[in-house]
Amino acid sequence: MTVSWLPAATDFRAGLKAALAIEDAGERLERLAALAQFQLGYLETIQLDNALRQSACDSHPGFRPIRLALLSSCTIDHLLPAIRTAGLRQRLRFEIYAGPYGQYRQEILNPGSELHTFDPEIILLSLTFHDVVASMPLAASADEVDAAISSAAGDLANIWNQAKDSIRATVIQQSFLNVAEPLFGNHEQLFPAAPGRMVARLNDRLIRAAGEEQILLLDIAAASARDGIDTWFDRTRWLQGKIEIAPQSAPRYGDLVTRLIGAQLGQSKKCLVLDLDNTLWSGVIGDDGLEGIIVGEGSAVGEAHLALQRYAKLLKERGVILAVCSKNELATAESVFRDHPEVLLQRSDFAAFAANWTDKAENLRAIAKQLNIGLDSLVFVDDNPAERARIRESLPMVAVPELPADVADYVRCIADAGYFETISFTAEDRQRAGQYEANAERESLRGTAQSMDEFLSGLEMIVESGPFTSIDMPRVHQLINKTNQFNTTTQRYTREELSDFAADPGNITLQFRLADRFGDNGLVSVMIICPDSGEPDVFEVTSWVMSCRVFGRQLEDEAMNVAVETALARGARALRADLIPTKKNAVICDLYRNLGFSQLGEPAKDDARTRWILELSDYQKRCTFLTRKVPDND
Amino acid sequence: MTDQEILDEFTNLLRDLLADDSIVLGKETKRSDVANWDSFQYVNFIVAVEARLGIKFRVSDVESFETVGDIVTETRSLLNQDTAG
Repeated sequence: MTVSWLPAATDFRAGLKAALAIEDAGERLERLAALAQFQLGYLETIQLDNALRQSACDSHPGFRPIRLALLSSCTIDHLLPAIRTAGLRQRLRFEIYAGPYGQYRQEILNPGSELHTFDPEIILLSLTFHDVVASMPLAASADEVDAAISSAAGDLANIWNQAKDSIRATVIQQSFLNVAEPLFGNHEQLFPAAPGRMVARLNDRLIRAAGEEQILLLDIAAASARDGIDTWFDRTRWLQGKIEIAPQSAPRYGDLVTRLIGAQLGQSKKCLVLDLDNTLWSGVIGDDGLEGIIVGEGSAVGEAHLALQRYAKLLKERGVILAVCSKNELATAESVFRDHPEVLLQRSDFAAFAANWTDKAENLRAIAKQLNIGLDSLVFVDDNPAERARIRESLPMVAVPELPADVADYVRCIADAGYFETISFTAEDRQRAGQYEANAERESLRGTAQSMDEFLSGLEMIVESGPFTSIDMPRVHQLINKTNQFNTTTQRYTREELSDFAADPGNITLQFRLADRFGDNGLVSVMIICPDSGEPDVFEVTSWVMSCRVFGRQLEDEAMNVAVETALARGARALRADLIPTKKNAVICDLYRNLGFSQLGEPAKDDARTRWILELSDYQKRCTFLTRKVPDND
Repeated sequence: MTDQEILDEFTNLLRDLLADDSIVLGKETKRSDVANWDSFQYVNFIVAVEARLGIKFRVSDVESFETVGDIVTETRSLLNQDTAG
């Protein structure tokens, strides 16, 4: 089974039957989504997908609808149920258009094609190597092979650009499965025209292109190298029906597709919560003491636990937040990180540390609250099946990998699950760990300050603002799609859409960076403001997001000062804004009122959105403790 | 497994696959006798049988099966090889 981090289903057939018997459409969908949290084989994905289709309903609150076009050069029908059910697991409702085989060029180039009518948000190109590169004689020179690979890569780049420009879709290119049988042996990769070598070369080009052309790469070649090519490619199925991706790998494929799309939508997890006893080390610290627990070099089991610590540390370097959730005495648990010479992780690596005798579900809630992130951003790693079951039941939004019995496989299991999938590695990611430490220092300043004003002025905050630049785009995209709390409309955008906003001189785009004496928080707020087509002197704030790390620092006040000045300079008379309440953005329910906006009418019956307006001539500039940084002129 | 047990397993699998509990397979049943059992669902059925019973049909088998009985016979033979080996 290829989605091995999920728990095995006990009686799938009965579960499905029970779900389908539920009358309420929303509740039924929730039950089906719960079934998708189990390890499903190929047949089960089809059954679940059938059930999903039978119980189709127009609205599915809590699930994000998404239009995906799958363009291919061989059979892909068997992949659709797997994508839709994996989507369910990630609370995405896929509407999929499968283009006719081998017609991907025409479909993209012809504005009258069904693909254009479908208007996908995402186009996934699932192609076989022989459709893109003509076969070459084995005697072909390195230059000839280079030319063929370059031409194929150039051809693909053209298709991507057409798709991005004319359809405004995000493009995902799937890497090519290397199914060529070796001809030469160990030196296969030395011969330029060896078939396996050519596939590897083209895949290398795709990896580069994913960085340069801003497409997303679905690297099934890497996945197949990990799982074994026979898991991914079944010669009988290929001969039987031109099925390149083996049906047994469809569930894994569906998961890879959805985690990539999820990352683009900001759904990846943010925090790894670790149990201690028998997870980070072997033994029980409270019983066995520092000398009794097994961790570190010299013991196979100790090294396996150390490998998990090392992996966690690397995740932290990547920007993932680490936390502890353990049933222990706090002082005893902390002593391991301070006093055990072999333990790699340090107490300061953890942004939250819950070691007590309280129920773990309670502790996870407290951790999410302390870090100011959603419970659905947590991954909970615990060797104890009972604790895992308890969390899955009481907090189904928390991801809980089904750790294998052997500690040797813990890291592999967490890595395979792909919880922390990312499409960018920004400066903010690299600094995040340090930012949580700086936050702790800020908190201690808050503790000693006599008043809020004294605290804020003591921070010596400096704000820097300006329109989006191309360098900012990855972070702008990440922030706008990841932020749930301070997000006025929870409107998500693709990179292409954001570049369009920035390129249109009529629009105002603003990004804000905040630094203080404890450190640089980086780019933490973004605003998109567009002129109203009917009333060009009225500008609409279509999106405004702010990182939760800088709440309560008056940045919203200073940002509005900047927005008003910029709008006035453009000849605006008023700013208008929508506030769309969600489950997560209650923190800003009074944002516009507090900034001096007036409410326009009452919300409609079936739409909780409120409309706000600010006549710029009435605006009272907000007083803040933030100093503006004067831009350098060089 | 007896032929009847294999047949029952097949019936269950095809019911799951086509979401149709009215299906009853016999040895003489052909694909054309079952609504919606198209070539795509034939591949799916073969994949499901292989996964459920831990066997692998040859490409010559999957191309030549005419009736459900043919699949039962080959399945029995593969299962017996398995236990003999």
